[in-house]
Amino acid sequence: MELLLDSLFNGVAIGSVLLVAALGLAIVFGLMGVINLAHGELMMLGAYTTYVTQLIFKLPVLKPFYNSYIIVSIFLAFIVSGVVGILLEKTIIRKLYGSPLETLLATWGVSLILQQFVRSVPLAYGTGLVISLLIGLFLPTTFPSKIKESINFKYFKFSSWIFAALTGVLTGSVISSSVSKLSRASARNVDVTAPSWMRGQVEIIGTAFPKTRLMIIVITLISVIAITLFLNQSAWGMRIRAVTQNRQMSDCLGISTEKVDIITFGIGSGLAGVAGVAVSLLGSVGPNVGGNYIVGCFMVVVLGGVGNLLGTVLASFGIGIMTDLIGAGRLLSIWPDMPLPLSNTINFFATTSMARVMIFALIVIFLQFKPTGLFPQKGRMVEN
Amino acid sequence: MSLSKIKFDKKIVLSFWIILIALIIAAPTLLPVFRLNLLGRYLSLSIVALGVDLIWGYTGLLSLGQGIFFALGGYCAAMYLQITSSSEFPNNIPEFFALYGVEKLPFFWEPFRSPVFTFFAIWIIPALVAGLIGFLVFRNRIKGVYFSILTQASLLVFFNFFNGQQKLINGTNGLKTDVTQLFGQMVGSESMQRIFFWITAILVIAAWFFAKWVVKGRFGNILIGIRDDEPRVRFTGYNPVIFKTIIFSIAGGLAGISGALYTVQSGIVSPQFMTVPFSIEMVIWVAVGGRGTLLGAILGAVFINYAKSLVSEALPASWMFIQGGLFILVVTALPEGVLGWIQGDGPRNLLQRFGLKRKIETYPSLEVNNKEANNE
Repeated sequence: MELLLDSLFNGVAIGSVLLVAALGLAIVFGLMGVINLAHGELMMLGAYTTYVTQLIFKLPVLKPFYNSYIIVSIFLAFIVSGVVGILLEKTIIRKLYGSPLETLLATWGVSLILQQFVRSVPLAYGTGLVISLLIGLFLPTTFPSKIKESINFKYFKFSSWIFAALTGVLTGSVISSSVSKLSRASARNVDVTAPSWMRGQVEIIGTAFPKTRLMIIVITLISVIAITLFLNQSAWGMRIRAVTQNRQMSDCLGISTEKVDIITFGIGSGLAGVAGVAVSLLGSVGPNVGGNYIVGCFMVVVLGGVGNLLGTVLASFGIGIMTDLIGAGRLLSIWPDMPLPLSNTINFFATTSMARVMIFALIVIFLQFKPTGLFPQKGRMVEN
Repeated sequence: MSLSKIKFDKKIVLSFWIILIALIIAAPTLLPVFRLNLLGRYLSLSIVALGVDLIWGYTGLLSLGQGIFFALGGYCAAMYLQITSSSEFPNNIPEFFALYGVEKLPFFWEPFRSPVFTFFAIWIIPALVAGLIGFLVFRNRIKGVYFSILTQASLLVFFNFFNGQQKLINGTNGLKTDVTQLFGQMVGSESMQRIFFWITAILVIAAWFFAKWVVKGRFGNILIGIRDDEPRVRFTGYNPVIFKTIIFSIAGGLAGISGALYTVQSGIVSPQFMTVPFSIEMVIWVAVGGRGTLLGAILGAVFINYAKSLVSEALPASWMFIQGGLFILVVTALPEGVLGWIQGDGPRNLLQRFGLKRKIETYPSLEVNNKEANNE
C-alpha cells in the first residue's frame, strides 16, 4: 500500500511538471495548429526569472519579504514569458499562419537565439529589455480611445517606445549595479534555493513527501483550474474556444481572430514561464533546461489530442505514472517472484533514459489504435 | 513553386563536369589536410541533405529525426572497423568492452565481422528502420507537425538507447575509428583520408543522379502530389502510404551512407550524432539551399557547414545567433531558398525593382517559356 502510494505520488509529481509545461503548448497547438519549438526556451526564461527575483529579494529593501519571493516569481515568470511570446507572435508567427512546418523551423531559430541570449547578455540587462518590451507593447493599449483614433497616434506610440527603452536601460543599470551576480554574462548553470518554508518533507499517511514536489503539484493544480475557468467562464475564453473550433466562422461573426491569437499565444507562453518556476525548483537552471522537457510535452500533446484540456491532463499523468513504474522498476517490487526473462526485461528498462524508450514505444503502439489521441476533435472534416 | 529552369548549352554542361572532376582529383593537393578533411565531411553531410530534400522538398514530410539513420550508418561502419582491428585485445573483442567487464561479444556485433555484410548494412539497416518508423506513422495518416514531433521523439529514444548502453556499444563515449585498420592501413592516416575524400565526392555525385532519377517521371509526380494535396492523390486511387514509406526509407538509406562516410572522416561516431539540434540543422541546409532543388541541398550543406566552421573559429558565441537568425530569415523572407530564388522569379523581380528590366505585362510563364515552347 505504502509502495503504491509512493509510486502514485512520484508519478503525479513527474506528471504535474509535464502538465504545467504542456498546458500552454496544448492550448496554442489547439488554436493555431502551431508547434512552438521555443516553448522550452520560454520555460527557461521563467526559470531564470525565478533566479533573478530571488536575487532581487535578497536586497536589503526586500529582505523581510524574502520568503514570499517564489509566489511573486510565479506571476513575474508568467508576465516575462508571456511578453516574449506576444512579441514572437507579433513579429514571426503571424506571418507564417497556415504553414505549420515553417513555423516550427522559425521557432527553432528563436529558441537558438534565446539560448545564446541568456548566455551572452547579463541577466540584469535582459530584465531591462523585458521591461521595456512590456511597457512598449502595453502602454499604447492603455491610451484612451480618443487618442487612439487620432492621426497622431503613431507619434504617441513612438514616444511610448522611447519611454519604454529608457525605463528598460534604467532598470537594467540599477539592477546590475545593486546585484553583482546579475551584472555579468555567464553560461554557467545557476541554482534557485527554495525559501525555508518549502524545504524539508511533509508526512501524509505515513509516507514522507518533499515539500517542493508538493508545491509543484499545487502550482499545476492552480494553473489548470485558472485556465479552465478562463476558457469556460470569461468572454475571451469563449472567443478562444470559438476560434479553436472554427476559425473562418468566428471571423465572420465578428470575433477579432488576430486578438484571439495574441491573447492565446501570450497565455500559452506565460504558462511556459510558470512551468519554468516549477522546473527551477527541481534542479539547477541553465540555458538548455527547456530542452529536457520539451519532447515530453510534445508527447503529451500528441497523446492527449488537440484542443482538449482533459486529454492533456490525463496524458501527462499517464506518462508520469508510467515513467515512474517503468523507470524505477516498481513492478518488480510489487511482484518479486516473477519469471526470470520478464524480470530481466524490466530491469533492462529500469533507468530514466530506458524508461523513455519504453514509453515512446508504448505511445507509438497506442497511436496505432487511436491515431488522433485520447480525445479526438469531433466533426465531419476531411483531414487537414 | 516555379518550375522554369535555365537551360544550358551541352558544351557548357560538359565543361562544367570536366572542371568539377578536375577539382575533385586535384583537391587533396590544393588544400591543406585539415581543410580537405573538413570539405570531405561536409560533402558527406550533403548526402543526408539530399535525403532531406527528397522527403521534405518533394514530399512535404518534415522529418526532425534524420540523425537516427545518419548515426545508424555511422555505427555500422564503426562496428566493422572496431571488430576487424581487435585482434590484439583480450578475447579478440574491441578494447572498450574490457572497461565494462564484458567478455563475450554481444550477438549483434557478430555479422559485422564480414565486410560484405557491413557494406550492405550501412544503407540497408537505416533504410529498414526508416521504413518501419515511416510505415507505422503513415499508416495512421499521421502527418504534418505530428509527423515531425514523432520523428523528433524517436530521435530522442534512439539517443537515450545508444547513450545508455555502455556494455553494448560503449554508450556516450561512442566508437572511435581513426586508430582502426582498414585493409592494413590506418583509417585516420593521410592517405586513407584522401581516398575517403574521393569516395565521398563520387558518392555525392552518384547520390545526386540517383535522387534526380527518383524525382523524375511518375514517381516524382506522385511525391509532389502528396506534398501539395494528399487527399486528392488518395482520391485519385493512389495509396500515399506506400510512396511515403518508400521515399522515407530512401532518405534513411542516404542518411546511413552519409553517416558512414562522415564517421570515417571525423574519426568517431557517438550518440551526439543523434541530438535534436543536429537533425534540425540538416533541414536548414536544405531550406537555405532551396528545397525541391536537389543541387540546393548539396550546396546548402557544404556552404553552411563551411560558414559554421569559419564563424565558430573567429567568434564562437555568435554562431548561435547567426544560425537562429538564418532559420527565421530563410523561412520568412526566402521560403524557396537561395537556389529556388535564382531559378524562380527572384533575380527578375530584383532587377525590376531597380528599373533595370522591363516589367512583364502578360502572364510571366508565357513570355519566359515562349522560346522553349517553340523548340518543342
